[in-house]
Amino acid sequence: MTLQEPARRFGELLGHGAVITDPVRLRTYECDGLTHHRVTPGIVVLPETAEQIASVVRACNEYGLPFVARGAGTGLSGGALPRSDGVLIVTSKMRRILSVDLANRRAVVEPGVTNLAITEAVRHLGYYYAPDPSSQQVCTIGGNVAENSGGAHCLKYGFTANHVLALEIVTPDGDLVELSDDDPGYDLLGAFIGSEGTLGIVTKVTVRLMRAPETVTTLLAAFKDIEQGGQAVSAVIGGGIVPAAIEMMDALAIEAAEAAVACAYPEGAGAVLIVELDGPAEEVAHQFGEVTRICEESGAFELRVADDPAERAAIWRGRKSAFAAVGRISPAYIVQDGVVPRTALPEVLASIDRLSRDHGIRVANVFHAGDGNLHPLVLFDDAEPGAGERAEIVSGKILDLCIEHGGSITGEHGVGVDKSRYMPRMFSAEDLDTMQLVRCAFDPRGLSNPGKVFPTPRLCGEVPGVRKGVHPLVESGQAEHF
Amino acid sequence: MKALRHEAEALSKTGVTIREADPGDAVAGVPPRWVALPESTAEVAALMRVSAEYDLAVVPVGGGTKLHWGGPPERCDLLIDTCCLNEVLEHATGDLIVRTQTGVTMDTLAETLAGGGQELSLDVPLDGATIGGTIATAAAGPRRFRYGTPRDLLIGITVVLADGTVARSGGKVVKNVAGYDLGKLFSGSYGTLGVITEATFRLHPVPADRRWITVELPATEHREDGAGEMVTSRRQSFPGGLESLVAGLAASQAEPSAVELDWPDARGGAAVTVLVEGTAARGRALAVRTLMGEHGTAGIADAPPGWWATPPGEDVLLELRIPPAHAHVALRAIAARGLPARVRGSIASAVLTVALPADVGEVAFAEFVSGLREDLGPLGGRLTVLAAPPELTHLLDRWGPASALPLMRRVKERFDPGRRLSPGRFVGGI
Ligand SMILES: Cc1cc2nc3c(=O)[nH]c(=O)nc-3n(C[C@H](O)[C@H](O)[C@H](O)COP(=O)(O)OP(=O)(O)OC[C@H]3O[C@@H](n4cnc5c(N)ncnc54)[C@H](O)[C@@H]3O)c2cc1C
Ligand SMILES: Cc1cc2nc3c(=O)[nH]c(=O)nc-3n(C[C@H](O)[C@H](O)[C@H](O)COP(=O)(O)OP(=O)(O)OC[C@H]3O[C@@H](n4cnc5c(N)ncnc54)[C@H](O)[C@@H]3O)c2cc1C
Repeated sequence: MTLQEPARRFGELLGHGAVITDPVRLRTYECDGLTHHRVTPGIVVLPETAEQIASVVRACNEYGLPFVARGAGTGLSGGALPRSDGVLIVTSKMRRILSVDLANRRAVVEPGVTNLAITEAVRHLGYYYAPDPSSQQVCTIGGNVAENSGGAHCLKYGFTANHVLALEIVTPDGDLVELSDDDPGYDLLGAFIGSEGTLGIVTKVTVRLMRAPETVTTLLAAFKDIEQGGQAVSAVIGGGIVPAAIEMMDALAIEAAEAAVACAYPEGAGAVLIVELDGPAEEVAHQFGEVTRICEESGAFELRVADDPAERAAIWRGRKSAFAAVGRISPAYIVQDGVVPRTALPEVLASIDRLSRDHGIRVANVFHAGDGNLHPLVLFDDAEPGAGERAEIVSGKILDLCIEHGGSITGEHGVGVDKSRYMPRMFSAEDLDTMQLVRCAFDPRGLSNPGKVFPTPRLCGEVPGVRKGVHPLVESGQAEHF
Repeated sequence: MKALRHEAEALSKTGVTIREADPGDAVAGVPPRWVALPESTAEVAALMRVSAEYDLAVVPVGGGTKLHWGGPPERCDLLIDTCCLNEVLEHATGDLIVRTQTGVTMDTLAETLAGGGQELSLDVPLDGATIGGTIATAAAGPRRFRYGTPRDLLIGITVVLADGTVARSGGKVVKNVAGYDLGKLFSGSYGTLGVITEATFRLHPVPADRRWITVELPATEHREDGAGEMVTSRRQSFPGGLESLVAGLAASQAEPSAVELDWPDARGGAAVTVLVEGTAARGRALAVRTLMGEHGTAGIADAPPGWWATPPGEDVLLELRIPPAHAHVALRAIAARGLPARVRGSIASAVLTVALPADVGEVAFAEFVSGLREDLGPLGGRLTVLAAPPELTHLLDRWGPASALPLMRRVKERFDPGRRLSPGRFVGGI
């Protein structure tokens, strides 16, 4: 089928200005933050209301067209990669903060509102929205819900799933449904968050607002090497302290950050640790004393402290720019996103170092040390023949390391198209079949963001393997049919 | 009878300990035929395969403390008692996680974890309550205000489905977004989607210190404002100043972990107790006492009041949820209904448990429930009947409206097409 007829129909539903079919303009949307996957979408629509999204989805059902939601397109796993035979539904015109209700510590926003805009709307009142992905200036709350995004502070405050109270969604067959924390029944809200656009499209989000903490203290500690830094992290957590954030960078990551933003981290540091403490002033003061002592005992040769926003920003500048910064020291790189139990960090970092040397590929490590979420930056020169392939191999082996140590193939960037092939390494066929039961309940026709997350989705009519053939008990003579 | 014998034989051939049920095993009045005592996930799977083969209806049971919650099952052949799934599998202190079988009781787990200076930040409830029952009922105590409910702390789960499939989701790291979060789906599922056999939770260090600050609020008269319209002309008594007190506490920089209300008699006064935790708990408790002191005499204690983390009653229990700013309206609406209700719960999260006497009567009970739903629905209030004998519930829907019910039914159909898992116990007769 050509897409002319659907495009005309969408024009009727949304107004012709809200439908893009011009090949040049379509190219704007051909990829997200993962730029090596590109597909020109069949049609792009820019709805302004939930009803419009519902009407588009219903029409997609009529035509049997797949559809993909897109927020800001900052995703790093190709989750918003469009389909050439389908419709990309972009939420960029749905950017209203519908209500701020401080008495109930919540706000209701449209899906295209950026993460930071929520905090900006309530900061002057002493409140904020806690999950803070590094992309928070641009990424949308709809994208955050789809990815269950977290940020540097999720060690203490949790992820999007812990801060969303209700959603309005358009189901894959075009119904507007409310999923609420307060409603009795299954926690479909929880199941939906992190489903990467495969269970429907978010059209409204009710978020929890948090009281800004009384005190925030940020500490930077410089160590000779990453082992010492790791020791400090273990001792802090072991000491019963849950910092708001605890982040680490290795020598190569520091080098990149210096080259890009001249963050002036202590000279000669083989690793820096950033620890942020927040909460009641008295509590923070006490914890600060403990953390300082621990860092010194673990071998920190320099400590810096910030208690005002400008100083704090100076400490964070190097860390926050690290991803972009590696561009200064390497022509090309892969950002990996794996997780290991925190206690496995030393061993895994040592193995990454070995992988790096064995394959002649540099790896810079920047990570959320508190929760074992690694973001190894795998550096290579794309002009050098074979280097890209070697980097891919190293990057994949890092994920294997994570799985071997009981970790995960993604801590925050999602599975998308990028990692769907790794899912069977982490989950059994039964696990994946069971997840498909959820998918089939929401999306029996498989139209909502198909081809993402799962390597080979089963058709919804198909019965899972367990019930095929003779029952094992029957076969072994332990049971019989009658 | 022949069929029955085959079923019993097939069950016993799984190698799992099976016994004939006795009257004490009844689930909300419905007697099962057998009780199985599996010791592993594989054994639960074997039982579920036989159940699928012979179309047996299965109800999982933990400590049995809340087996009367939810509707009575439409049918019940086999009780899967998780009491022998009682091993704490892995407590990784350095990673702040625990992996455990689900028949472990909440207090056994608490003891094990305390050995490593850590805890699962859900209050330890009624004696004998298990991890599985706590997840399946999504129950949480006072500290939900700060730490959330089981779904917020659960990071991995193993379940056995109706056909015997064993499925895992999540894992043992706190940060993990690979695949769908089945742990959330199974939280609060009342045994209708599968048997939860293992769970992994994130833990917190046991706080260095704890203080409970209590203020007694006297009953006062109220006759004014918008809420007055709703509760009509009846004379009201109501704990004075509650609204501003709770708002102040919720916004307090002392970061309370819990703000609980105990209101033993809808015609009298109430107590509000705040919990603060941490190394500086003493100092923060003083700040909270000052705040509370404006509303009555407030005292600081280093132990919780006797009613802390216990339900306000047994047989007839309701759960009321409402946006926190309307909590006082909800309390007034309860008082206005004129039944001897006892109310307890997280007032700052506005998740409250209401107990009524067992002899409240069918009609009065139905009027109470539907009346409150009508009063509070427009404000975003939800009222569910957690527990009530079937005699009381003929005239009403235990669960009340759920906007996503059609989707929930579709989920149930996919997971349990034969309707064999706790059929009829859950919302919409699922
Ligand atoms: C520099 C940089 C730093 C980053 N740092 C972090 C970080 O610290 N933590 C973190 O978690 N992530 C991080 N990310 C990844 C990314 O920003 C997040 O995943 C973000 O949530 C994506 O939001 P988006 O609006 O850009 O979504 P998109 O990229 O547009 O879409 C992402 C996914 O969400 C789906 N989606 C979008 N909108 C909707 C909707 N309304 N309804 C249903 N599905 C929808 C899409 O189909 C797709 O599957 C970073 C990205 C970059 C580029
Ligand atoms: C006011 C109030 C305060 C409370 N405070 C707390 C608190 O502070 N902390 C807290 O944790 N709890 C609290 N509870 C509730 C308490 O948690 C429950 O008693 C307990 O969780 C039930 O456990 P159980 O093992 O006895 O479950 P059971 O009574 O055996 O079962 C309850 C339900 O769960 C299902 N089920 C049981 N095990 C499984 C399984 N393995 N897989 C699938 N389904 C299963 C059963 O079929 C049944 O539907 C409170 C309750 C009230 C009313």
